Amino acid sequence: MANSIPNRQVICDTLLELSKGDRNIMVLASDSSGSAAMAPFAKAYPDQFVEVGIAEQNIVGIAAGLAHSGKKPFVTSPACFLSMRSIEQIKVDVAYSATNVKLVGISGGVSYGALGMSHHSVQDIAVARAIPGLAVVLPADRHETKKMTEALVQYEGGVYVRIGRNPVEDSYESENYEFVLGKAVTMREGRDITIIAVGETVRVALDAEAALKEAGVSCRVLNMHTIKPLDKEAILKAAEETGYIITVEEHSIHGGLGAAVAEVIVQQRPVPMRILGIPDEPAIAGKTSEVFDHYGISAANITKIALEMLSR
Amino acid sequence: MDIIELKAKAAEIRMALLKMIHNAKTGHTGGSLSNTDILTALYYRVMKIDPTRPKWEDRDRFIASKGHSVESLWCILANLGFFPEEELKTFSQYGTRLIGHPNNKVPGIEMNTGALGHGLAISVGMALAGKRDGKGYRVYCLMGDGEQAEGSVWEAAMAGAHYKLENLVAIIDRNRLQISGSTEEVMGLEPLEEKWAAFGWNVVSIDGNDMDALVRTFESVPTVSGKPTLFMANTVKGKGVSFAENVAHWHHHVPNDEQLELALAELSAALERYKQEGQVQ
Ligand SMILES: Cc1ncc(C[n+]2csc(CCOP(=O)(O)OP(=O)(O)O)c2C)c(N)n1
Repeated sequence: MANSIPNRQVICDTLLELSKGDRNIMVLASDSSGSAAMAPFAKAYPDQFVEVGIAEQNIVGIAAGLAHSGKKPFVTSPACFLSMRSIEQIKVDVAYSATNVKLVGISGGVSYGALGMSHHSVQDIAVARAIPGLAVVLPADRHETKKMTEALVQYEGGVYVRIGRNPVEDSYESENYEFVLGKAVTMREGRDITIIAVGETVRVALDAEAALKEAGVSCRVLNMHTIKPLDKEAILKAAEETGYIITVEEHSIHGGLGAAVAEVIVQQRPVPMRILGIPDEPAIAGKTSEVFDHYGISAANITKIALEMLSR
Repeated sequence: MDIIELKAKAAEIRMALLKMIHNAKTGHTGGSLSNTDILTALYYRVMKIDPTRPKWEDRDRFIASKGHSVESLWCILANLGFFPEEELKTFSQYGTRLIGHPNNKVPGIEMNTGALGHGLAISVGMALAGKRDGKGYRVYCLMGDGEQAEGSVWEAAMAGAHYKLENLVAIIDRNRLQISGSTEEVMGLEPLEEKWAAFGWNVVSIDGNDMDALVRTFESVPTVSGKPTLFMANTVKGKGVSFAENVAHWHHHVPNDEQLELALAELSAALERYKQEGQVQ
């Protein structure tokens, strides 16, 4: 359970492994090979590594050109800049031109803590989700990060990935499960209510489930690792079978996982629903856990809300 | 303040920022130390500012485009009385106003920065407004050298020259290091001065850690009529702390107890020297 390996290191390790048999895998960095943990890759495969300096628009354009020429570029850059500074390049050069570029946003969400709103990335899902043809993925823990990276090397097309900065506690016991892009994973079965979570909040949702079980509530937990394309089937099934839905995310309450789920629910199977995330304000400074607690992205608060919803 | 007093002040600011970073266990040490002399010259001598009236209309404006080096700025603003010095203890803590980048909820900060490559365009806008309104204020914009890789810097450079903003002063903290190592290895910049000159700026090269030179050149603005000025301030990243000087790793490394003690000892020795020099004069 206690894990000391950050997801960015898992991505580097996995790409190092896969590059043994594939000289087309490339990693690009924007003065971030250290923070992206990509320095070992740069060392092992200098010909498959490109440093562009502090230039996030340039990095996406160059990656699109590489992809057009048969390469499989992985752009690694802080999520805040990659998802905002480069968004036009992502829209036109990656999505619209259908190039095979993987955009890996590192230190996303509020994991940059006290560096403030310029460094928090809590609008990225909303923006990326609105771009046709761009897949959006947030792995929950190190096991999922590994399986996701393997899947991304196989997948042909534009993908925006967001991971955090620090190691996260495991949500999976092992890699012994099926990861399919676009298919939610049922982490816990349940009949009374469903919590849909993504990324680092999956762990929070699992803790809430355990507390709810103590209180006699049967809670389903869905890990919606791919926000786009969204697993509508799993959402509708949850609405049908459990009747209540709570979504949890490290993102603005506008336009993220909650909004995506609500769009499906409201149009096809309305049930009571609550959206937990960062409110419409610059997130408060602090460690991830402090920020989460401040906004009620915590097992205790989810449990409280679930019990309230069920007692109505 | 005279030159000796400014040198002493810079040493005090360096000590304060190191203590603040050590206390918070986070911060951008190297880049803050490299630009402390530039900020000290500006804030204690060159700029027209009034801590009791942070929004005074005719004040000179400072934009920290390399917003990550906010530590020197927080310590200077507190020392000048823009906010209580006591507040420095909250730097980077839960709920603080003094986050790791400029935050204009705090008196003395004009604009929020942190994403590199924004400051010069903002400064062009401020200088243009000042020029159109016939105001006498100047706009000073401090950038990093690694930051020069952002295309937006050059879009703003073009505009600054196009609008003949002689009230605009851009400063590059040319410490030759960024996060991943040397600027020339990460993304070559040279010949950087020629590039700025080709974009229509009057370029002045100085030693950015030499207080005398800084004051002299800042006080010579506008250097050429009808042109914005670019100071290429050649500096040392980590300046003033022997073991941090020119070491890329110190970009955002935090001193441990021992390193803090050593650094403070070096800086107080320097401070003593300046005080004695001051008495002799
Ligand atoms: C748009 C953007 N990309 C990346 C970063 C992350 N970052 C913070 S400081 C830094 C290096 C800055 O180097 P330089 O401009 O040379 O400043 P200095 O060495 O004086 O600290 C980087 C890449 C950022 N703040 N903004």
